[in-house]
Amino acid sequence: MPATQSRINDFVLKIATVNGTGSASANGLLMKALFRMGIPVTGKNLFPSNIQGLPTWYEIRANREGYISSAGRVDVMVAMNAQTYQKDLDEVSPGGFLVYDSTWPRESTLHRDDITVLGVPLSKLCNEAFSVARLRILMKNVAYVGALVALLNIDLDVIKKLLEQTFASKPKLIDSNLEAIMLGYDYASENFTCPLPVRAENMGDNNKGKIMITGNEATGLGCLYAGATVGAWYPITPSTGVMDSFSKYCETFRVDPETGEKRYCIIQAEDELAAAGMVIGANWVGARGFTPTSGPGISLMSEFIGFAYYAEIPSVFINVQRAGPSTGMPTRTQQSDVMQCAYASHGDTKHPILFPSNPHECFEMAVTVFDLAERLQTPVFMLSDLDIGMNDWMVSELTWDDRYRPDRGKLLGPEELKKMERFVRYLNVDGDGITYRTLPGEDPKGAYFVRGSGHNRYGAYTEDSDEYQDVLDRLLVKWATAKTLVPDALLSKAERSTKLGIVAYGSTDGAVIEARDRLADQGIHADYLRIRAFPFTEEVEDFLRAHDTIFVVEQNRDAQMKSLLMLEANDIADRLVSILHYNGKPIPGSCVVEGVTGHLEKEAAA
Amino acid sequence: MTYARPRIDLPGQKTNEIGLALHDYEGSLSTLCAGCGHDSITAALVQALWEMSIAPEKLIKMSGIGCSSKTPAYFVHGAHGFNSVHGRMPSVATGALAGNRALIGIGVSGDGDSLSIGFGQFGHVIRRNVNMLYLIENNGVYGLTKGQFSASADAGSTSKRGEVNQMQNINAVATAISMGASFVGRSFSGDREQLVPLIKAAIAHPGCAVLDVISPCVTFNDHQGSTKSYAYVREHRHKAMETDLISPRAEIKASYYAGDTHPVRLHDGSTILLRKVDPDYDPTRRNNALGFLERHRSRGEIVTGLLYIDQNVTDMHTQSRTVRTPLKDLEFERLNPGSEALEKLQLGMK
Repeated sequence: MPATQSRINDFVLKIATVNGTGSASANGLLMKALFRMGIPVTGKNLFPSNIQGLPTWYEIRANREGYISSAGRVDVMVAMNAQTYQKDLDEVSPGGFLVYDSTWPRESTLHRDDITVLGVPLSKLCNEAFSVARLRILMKNVAYVGALVALLNIDLDVIKKLLEQTFASKPKLIDSNLEAIMLGYDYASENFTCPLPVRAENMGDNNKGKIMITGNEATGLGCLYAGATVGAWYPITPSTGVMDSFSKYCETFRVDPETGEKRYCIIQAEDELAAAGMVIGANWVGARGFTPTSGPGISLMSEFIGFAYYAEIPSVFINVQRAGPSTGMPTRTQQSDVMQCAYASHGDTKHPILFPSNPHECFEMAVTVFDLAERLQTPVFMLSDLDIGMNDWMVSELTWDDRYRPDRGKLLGPEELKKMERFVRYLNVDGDGITYRTLPGEDPKGAYFVRGSGHNRYGAYTEDSDEYQDVLDRLLVKWATAKTLVPDALLSKAERSTKLGIVAYGSTDGAVIEARDRLADQGIHADYLRIRAFPFTEEVEDFLRAHDTIFVVEQNRDAQMKSLLMLEANDIADRLVSILHYNGKPIPGSCVVEGVTGHLEKEAAA
Repeated sequence: MTYARPRIDLPGQKTNEIGLALHDYEGSLSTLCAGCGHDSITAALVQALWEMSIAPEKLIKMSGIGCSSKTPAYFVHGAHGFNSVHGRMPSVATGALAGNRALIGIGVSGDGDSLSIGFGQFGHVIRRNVNMLYLIENNGVYGLTKGQFSASADAGSTSKRGEVNQMQNINAVATAISMGASFVGRSFSGDREQLVPLIKAAIAHPGCAVLDVISPCVTFNDHQGSTKSYAYVREHRHKAMETDLISPRAEIKASYYAGDTHPVRLHDGSTILLRKVDPDYDPTRRNNALGFLERHRSRGEIVTGLLYIDQNVTDMHTQSRTVRTPLKDLEFERLNPGSEALEKLQLGMK
């Protein structure tokens, strides 16, 4: 028998299945059960761009310390897909376990001495217990959950309660699911020494105040709470969940129970170009409008983004990034649209960007993004990614301050217009570069002409060099104001004073948090600044100047954030060291540890 | 440059129901070529909007790019205008009218803007039946870039430089009808008598009303060999229909019913009266309309009038059951469920 380290509440469970077989709900059940036992968990879905029949993996990391990044290890593999069996077998860490469906024989050539292989005749058990073909396939997944419940010491009562809640409206399903659970559970209990040394132990109310949610769901909910009324979109992976969520919660909260009238309008556009136009049109008339999309969508929207920048129309673009370039890998994650969004469109343009690093921040920033767009009268981006958007995260409960009211920015209504002799659109009255706007439908005195062609400070068409440049320069004043309005970067000081710094953003946060602890174990201490917005707030430059070596960790090939930082503070460019991860899977903490130690060793040798 | 038009109030000038004079519906001075058909259409719009007593601030004027798209600056200076990007006016209009359904939307486009670069959006604004007037100022040519054929140029017609257009044209009205448009008309910039009531009917229509107005380009497409010249259109147009819009308050007089006339009642209580010039024509049947158009096209004739109407096609807001109050006017309290609801919904996430 291979030596197995005892791993209590610190393990990675990976399930290999075929997509379209209903394994998602089985995996969700497992994760939720661990969560309810008080064990911090994260779930990562590695799925194909396909509807049915291709391999898919679900990885659950349970970690009592609350580390969430990809662990780069598999302690227990459930190999349900014959097609990927060899790959899955290879991936199990030494001393680990592999559970497979032993109804059919395994290839005898596939074997490993350093792991324990556990065969459970899942198909046989289900075929005997259930008569309907579809049910047999579905219940096979539930049966492996049952086996894992026994093997990993998962609380059976928690599972029962979850089933009761999930199928509250269909009690018949509670019974069949529970039957399948017990098939796996009993078989494992009778045939193996349960529980395994890799196992869960109840941590009580350790997860109190936490929820499990995906970033896309939180984002859609944030848009609802921000008071968005017009959502225009073209379906694109991995952003679709944002509109699904917005639509779902609008149906719950914004439909008149008597008349059925809806206090929102969702438009599935013909393409992303149109979606962008609709968002701009809605915001122009004073409704909060947004579009969720991904990189390819931003490419198509770029013409309109430049228009909204120059004509100064608030607009919200939520980009759930995926692996590019071109179609790339739609179901894999990356942070490779940073440059694209920062400078989207032709001519001199730049746009504020928010970088949420988890679903909790998705919710909050989905509100901030509307306030900023209206305050700054410009397109504002929120850059999430597939890892945040589509994976299940354990985060602090979302909270809401009922005193919140939207910041509509510098808006003049009929009352204010009455007091004015004349309204002009682009006059820098307050010196902050933000000018006053009016809404259609309210007052003829506020009428003006929106145009993407050259215009002067009065809003009139111009081809006069000075008048044209006057407006272009004023937009820079507005950009400087934006720096003071976007969310701060978050500083986390090392335990000891250090000249090493780490800069990261978005979903890379989890890997950096874990890596800093591992590095500290080795005596390497680094301060950490998490950037939450572009343009960079003052503390970003302060941080760069306060450190001799700054590791910029990001999930793209071309060091896009590092490039942006170099543009801001090019005199210290030689202090910036990139740590890059861009294979489409979420960045593991080990990547950061190796990046830092590798560089330091090289420096020491030089 | 934008040239403001001097405002001169004359004693005894006529005002409409809301006390505005005709010049209250004008905009800045046109910078188009002298004799451009587009300016005549602008004048027809001014007349129609004044006659309908539409409050200027209730109107939004939107356009894409091109000569036609400049024209929203030339009418109703008291209305907000939006000169968007090339071929994308329909999406801006869709978003704007989604956010505020109380606005009266007029989109001005051209043949390049609608039938080439914006062909997709043209189709989808019709499909959604966004409640607006979609006006195509159709001259068959790219004027601002000096005379290339557009997609509406007829096969066999020649450019100013003498090139012959080999490709088939995209027929805006037949395309609109076949895509399910609820209101389609065609007119000629030189026929104000037909155009003004047609514009009024289009605005009153509760859906996307497409008006294709042949509007000769005096600089690049008014020569022998062009099928969009003043001379050619005057000679070859075939009036199928004359239209009148009767407001809900007005009494429908017996004299309106002279000849082959029939009324189409709109949901707001107004009536579009159709007076058939060609007894062979029925604009309420799609097959009939398309067949009629094709028969006359093959004879080289340009059929004008209200060509198709179906006021029962539901518009975007009816389809999505949007609340009557403009979305932008909804109080925040009616949009935001509050902290308690948030707490409750998260019970399912634990």
